[in-house]
Amino acid sequence: MIAGSETGASAKDTQKIASAVVRFAGDSGDGMQLAGTQFTDTSAAVGNDVATLPDFPAEIRAPAGTVAGVSGFQINFADAEIHTPGDVVNALIAMNPAAFKAHIDDVEQGGIVVANDSEFNKINLKKAGYPEGYNPLDDEVFTQKFKIYRVPITRLNEEALADSGLGSKDVGRCKNMFALGLIYWMYDRPIDQTTSYIDNYFSKKKKMPQVAAANINALKSGFYFGETTEMFPVRYQVAKATITPGKYRKITGNEALTLGLVAASKLSEKTCIYCTYPITPASDILHSLAAMRNYGVKTYQAEDEIAAVCAAIGVSFAGQMGVTGTSGPGLALKSEAIGLAVMTELPLIIVNVQRGGPSTGLPTKTEQSDLLQAMYGRNGDCPLVVLAPQSPADCFDTAIEAVRIAFRHMVPVIIMSDGYIANGAEPWLLPDPTTFEKIKVEHPTDPDSFEVYGRDENLARPWAPPGTPGLEHRIGGLEKENISGNVSYDPENHQEMTNLRQAKIQKVAEFIAPVEPHGDGSGDLLVLGWGGTYGSIITAVDRARAAGRSVSAVHLRHLNPLPSNIGDVLKRFKKVLIPELNTGQLRMIIRDRFLVDAKGLNKVQGKPFLVEEIEQAIELMVDNRWPDRVSVIPRQHKVSVD
Amino acid sequence: MPTDVEMPILTAKDFASDQDVRWCPGCGDYAILNQVRKVVAKMGRRREKTVFVSGIGCSSRFPYYMNTYGFHTIHGRAPAIATGVKMANPDLDVWLVTGDGDGLSIGGNHLIHMLRRNVDVNMLLFNNRIYGLTKGQYSPTSEEGKKTKSSPSGSIDMPLSPLSVALAAEASFVARAIDVDRALADVIERAAKHKGSSFVEIYQDCNIFNHKAFDYATDKASKLDNVIYLEHGKPLVFGKDRNKGIWLDNSRKPKVVTLGQGITEENLLIHDENDEKHAFMLSRMSYPDFPEPMGVLYRIKDDCYEDLLAEQVHDAIVAKGAGTLDTLLESNDTYTIEA
Repeated sequence: MIAGSETGASAKDTQKIASAVVRFAGDSGDGMQLAGTQFTDTSAAVGNDVATLPDFPAEIRAPAGTVAGVSGFQINFADAEIHTPGDVVNALIAMNPAAFKAHIDDVEQGGIVVANDSEFNKINLKKAGYPEGYNPLDDEVFTQKFKIYRVPITRLNEEALADSGLGSKDVGRCKNMFALGLIYWMYDRPIDQTTSYIDNYFSKKKKMPQVAAANINALKSGFYFGETTEMFPVRYQVAKATITPGKYRKITGNEALTLGLVAASKLSEKTCIYCTYPITPASDILHSLAAMRNYGVKTYQAEDEIAAVCAAIGVSFAGQMGVTGTSGPGLALKSEAIGLAVMTELPLIIVNVQRGGPSTGLPTKTEQSDLLQAMYGRNGDCPLVVLAPQSPADCFDTAIEAVRIAFRHMVPVIIMSDGYIANGAEPWLLPDPTTFEKIKVEHPTDPDSFEVYGRDENLARPWAPPGTPGLEHRIGGLEKENISGNVSYDPENHQEMTNLRQAKIQKVAEFIAPVEPHGDGSGDLLVLGWGGTYGSIITAVDRARAAGRSVSAVHLRHLNPLPSNIGDVLKRFKKVLIPELNTGQLRMIIRDRFLVDAKGLNKVQGKPFLVEEIEQAIELMVDNRWPDRVSVIPRQHKVSVD
Repeated sequence: MPTDVEMPILTAKDFASDQDVRWCPGCGDYAILNQVRKVVAKMGRRREKTVFVSGIGCSSRFPYYMNTYGFHTIHGRAPAIATGVKMANPDLDVWLVTGDGDGLSIGGNHLIHMLRRNVDVNMLLFNNRIYGLTKGQYSPTSEEGKKTKSSPSGSIDMPLSPLSVALAAEASFVARAIDVDRALADVIERAAKHKGSSFVEIYQDCNIFNHKAFDYATDKASKLDNVIYLEHGKPLVFGKDRNKGIWLDNSRKPKVVTLGQGITEENLLIHDENDEKHAFMLSRMSYPDFPEPMGVLYRIKDDCYEDLLAEQVHDAIVAKGAGTLDTLLESNDTYTIEA
């Protein structure tokens, strides 16, 4: 089907567009994540703003060719600022029938579908669950709705690499580069960044120059195919975005969090010791930190989640920076030990990269359903600080702030990342390290004035690590007498200490800047969010405002304690909408604390909000069409009032 | 300040905290506490450099009674916390006090993994074969058939051997002693001197819930027939009259023999602290079929986890240069957007 294009031979129109959403989809062994990452890197480097959404199965290698094994990578790139990976797909690259089946519903009407025609054979169509004798590429339902390009990628790649000297299996592994080359051509992007990546990775690092050459050849062949064939009547250009000049790197949330932890270690002059147990989607933080020994970083892969948090507590007790990282099920296992850190008033950083729950849930999918667990999921009245980054790059600042709070207030801090921002990427304007404020840590040395549970102006107790002469003392999980720190069963003391532990957390609010609504200080509707939903909420609010609605947004980074002016801000709006990827956890807290009749847009479908879902909920509220219920749920991207 | 200033010599008393000891009168823990205080004083250990970590249970109150740094943590997790302490500061002298419930039941996993990593911690496991703090339920070392509040018809759990567990977990130092035995101090001292995880099981009498559980090993009349004191390089001789010994039969199984009638000490098994299989065999010898071994069963030199970790940091800095805030941000592909 290469021939048969209806356009003239020389007609290669270039069409300028403001943005595009491209999704690479294939079998989980097809290298779609790599193709997507490379496309992202190149797009960022040519000056677009970018946002990505990797989407992969929990199984490492689900049966090849099945819908369960499809791995996708979506990228939105634009000539203006963007905050989300995009609601609808403009171009889908489907490497097999299963990928087509899994993703075709997300493609816009009239959108581009590049289908790897070689793989649409009887066996693969059957594996994808299509009825015998049926090929969706021949189905008018699809051919009329989309611009489907049938490119025999597998065969063309094999032909291009016939003389590569590689076996057929290795040749097959290059077909993602053929597809990437073709899409580079389609969106008028240079291939050189990817060729140098391939060269570095395969030639220099892996010492496999033959493989490098084959991959580069495949990439170029795909690119030239786009240029030469008459199949594609048009190619697209997305101009540079107006972005603050400076040095950038593309960064995922897990990467930014890693860098933030190491930066905090440098700023506080404390050794970062990351104690963890592998768990999706947090493991990449361990991988990155394990490779950073030359920054003084130590990593400890514990025997289980409990050992991980306990080792981190041991690190903090001994006077260094104890950090543990996990996801929801692991946070549950750590809860008793976190209580110990609260009781012993030690600093501790807990990174929770949320995923779909309960139980094992949806390990590779995003959700925000651990908020109440982070807030309250321990025995006893056991408050601690809860922070949530709002975007991949924001994880860097959040990590530093978490360490600063933990050290200043002698409290555990939970950082609530999620699978979406952990794996999603955005361009990051590198900050100037000389502007970073040091993280001050004071350890007492004077035995005469030392009290184990003495208190400073922030109600924090002194941090006296073992090794300090004259300050020998014992701490533990039993209730402590205030000031002396001796074990105490006194009823009044327990009341006082419970109050103090709460007051200590409240003190942190004095260091938090008041929230400023995005939009106006008052109006019809406030959209209140937290964590990874920032991009979708801000985009939806901006669109509603552009349409003339009186809507503003507040996005919370500090969930415990809340910013001190949040109650006043809530009062200045007639209505409050809280979109969350859970069944209404922040909403419960807000209604409880402020007696505000906040409504929820709540979704637990393993995927981030689409902008249009939030827009619909905003319209329902502002236009007084909200049904008689406390929350609404989008189904198939439509927020229904029925 | 002159650097050669003499540090004051500390006595056992200096290692006693100001807290009243609150174990039941007659508890075996008192004897162990006294021996530990004596040993750390004798060895010239510094209070500020010493840390006692414990979990939950009667034995885990131990840190409150030592005038050193101490951390009374949560049930079973002391090995993990001690590991964190050593990673953060390998110079500290870290001791871990646990019991048969804390160390082998709820904390069995952490015990195994601390031992295999060979973190330089002295682990004292007080084995009284009962849950004392929760008032008398059977423990993982309680004998089969034991009647307790939670096993009125007799325990149907197979007990485990702490020493066998420690050896199987690749511990680099494994020993046993008895709370009221004079040999306890020597065993503790050798454990303290050993670099790496030292595992010491201490038979300890719970005189409230499991009194006289170790009578066979402590009663003056019978004990010498029921325990065997191990000495490296010496034959395995025991008995009140030192007329009994252990030898290996034709199928390499240990057997109790009486000296005389052609059997001399030269025919007996020689204790070799560095032999893993020999140590494991000893760990399986139990009353009443065998005298129970006391002293150091096993000891080898091996690298410690925290040292290897620090070495990796050092080597990475030598190889790549010390990372700074600038190199941190630059460390991946960057690109520049021109004005």
